[in-house]
Amino acid sequence: MIRLRLDPIACDGRGLCLELLPERIRPDSWGYPIIHPEPVPAALVAAARRAVAACPQLALRLEGGAPAVAPARSG
Amino acid sequence: MTVACPPAAVARDRGRLLATERALAAAMRLPEHRRRHGGPPWHELPAAPAAGLIQLADAVDLRGRGGAGFPVARKLEAVTRSRATPMLLVNGVEGEPLSAKDRALLTAAPHLVLDGAMVLAVAIGAAAVVVATQARTLPGLERALAERGGQDPVPIRLAATPQAFVAGEETALVHWLMARDPRPTARPPRPFERGLDNRPTLVQNAETVAQVALLAAHGAAGYRSAGTPGEPGSTLVTLSGAVRWPGVYEIEVGSPVAQVLARAGGPTQPIRAVLAGGYFGAYLPAAALDRLLWSRAGLGQWGANSGAGVIHLLASSRCPARDAAHLATILARESAGQCGPCVHGLAAIAAGLRRLAAGPPGALDRELAQLHLWMDEVRGRGGCRFPDGSVATIASALRVFADDWEAHAVGGCVAGAGAAASLAGGGR
Amino acid sequence: MTTTDLWYASRGSGLVLLAVLTSTIGLGALARSGWRPGGWPRFVIQDLHRTLALFALAVGVLHIVTAELDPFVRLGWLAVVLPFSSSYRPLWMGAGAIALELLLAVVATSLVRQRLGHAAWRSVHQLVLLAWPLTLAHVVGMGPDVAIPAVAAGVAGCGILGLIALALRVDEPPRPGAARLGVGGGAR
Repeated sequence: MIRLRLDPIACDGRGLCLELLPERIRPDSWGYPIIHPEPVPAALVAAARRAVAACPQLALRLEGGAPAVAPARSG
Repeated sequence: MTVACPPAAVARDRGRLLATERALAAAMRLPEHRRRHGGPPWHELPAAPAAGLIQLADAVDLRGRGGAGFPVARKLEAVTRSRATPMLLVNGVEGEPLSAKDRALLTAAPHLVLDGAMVLAVAIGAAAVVVATQARTLPGLERALAERGGQDPVPIRLAATPQAFVAGEETALVHWLMARDPRPTARPPRPFERGLDNRPTLVQNAETVAQVALLAAHGAAGYRSAGTPGEPGSTLVTLSGAVRWPGVYEIEVGSPVAQVLARAGGPTQPIRAVLAGGYFGAYLPAAALDRLLWSRAGLGQWGANSGAGVIHLLASSRCPARDAAHLATILARESAGQCGPCVHGLAAIAAGLRRLAAGPPGALDRELAQLHLWMDEVRGRGGCRFPDGSVATIASALRVFADDWEAHAVGGCVAGAGAAASLAGGGR
Repeated sequence: MTTTDLWYASRGSGLVLLAVLTSTIGLGALARSGWRPGGWPRFVIQDLHRTLALFALAVGVLHIVTAELDPFVRLGWLAVVLPFSSSYRPLWMGAGAIALELLLAVVATSLVRQRLGHAAWRSVHQLVLLAWPLTLAHVVGMGPDVAIPAVAAGVAGCGILGLIALALRVDEPPRPGAARLGVGGGAR
């Protein structure tokens, strides 16, 4: 399960991640990113990698191995 | 509110950590210390010292006295997990503005702290001990070290630290000692993995270290002669605010706070509320004082914790809205300034409280909703627990002083007048 | 390709390189400032900066290769990498050689930025402060083209823009609280 993690000390609120992954990152009242805590769905992993690469402070990182898979429904 | 001026650290009353009523200048000298507590306690440690001390700490559930209340045994386990030689860092920084206990302890009973440091250092096999405290406390420690005449098994160094709230945070202190930068570091590794000199570092509050000395000298049974069965031992508290004899007191864990206040001469005025724990603590209504027991369990019932052991009484004559706004302003100023949500969030919240306290009529519900939104955006989003602690205290102020915020929103103030009513009604 | 063609190609690509490099650092300063002219997304400005830098590298390769292949001047490959070793205008060639190496370091570290970590990447990136002025010096000192009014104007224009970009880049505010806690800068 891949999770997006933010280093709050490195983060300077530059905002590129907000532009590149609005599905999982939204701004707080001061323009700093609020990262969605749930694992990144498979379809967004590429975009997440791009956001991580774009961060000027290298404050974002991806943790975990295989991309999140929707839980199988029973019954 | 005397938040800007810490109370004079006068250690009062007979106890185990603090011997008698002493002024700051009179430290207990080594011979008298040995008479009270016996020979060097690190000689009492069993052959496998770490395991022995862990067992002892577990037997009395010894918790840290720096504010987090983390079990000492778990910290000992964490730092001895790797095979690298560890370091011991005694945290006597006492960044909490209202607390004076560590300073009092280091001044009045330096040998107890130094003995405890040796017990811990020998148990974990530390290469060295660093005792970090504010510059003014160092001369007394230097004298005590001189008295010990280099007899200690592990070398001890003293270090001066800046006077900033965040400087007492674990990673900030290590950062200061390693790089002259007293700001917390969020990234791993944590100090117990790699800290001073890149070694696993055990960081313990000065009072905790003194407690370890008592534990080693008198054993678990001896340690349990004070306190409650669930939370044995004694602890240091700093009384300030509208109390007759402010200062540092040693009390048994689980003591009724009313009893502690009585020892301190009682309140000087009718009391509106008490700030329990300090700047990261919680406001409690005056009604709590009658029933509050100073322990994790007792304070937990009021949604509070002992924090750095601060008990600060707010007189009814003072406006708690203004005091809370002032406290929030100081907290915002003490931010290390590294994380956007903390810097901007605490500043916004403080400004919001100042606006409410200044009292021009406004839509209170909207202002409160905005404050709560900001608090939600700040909580958990910093590189350390500073914003969390700050938000918790501010949230308690919003809760306990609901009447005041309402009064201010319509241009009034209920401080002073109606003190009796608010005492009877308590907080919400 | 005649000698003349190669000579024109190396001179021309050199001038183009100055313009591209100046634009690159201009975009870098723009990205750092957070300003979004025309409402352009920040990641676009960043991408442009990175892409132009790689383009500059390509133009740089063209410039060096055409200069080397030109039999008239006979520079020798050593002159490209060992500063001041050239027989032809050693000082200005040296400036160019140093600029080249600095820019290679900047690009190389930027390509492995995530593995390198921010602090290491940034300290190498600061070398642009040296590389760009050296490039300008190389242009001004190397050839007769700057005597041509149009070229002089272009080079001067790049000079002014580049200086502004570097000045903006150098002036970075420290973090709040840094001064109060007695820590220098801490700007990232």
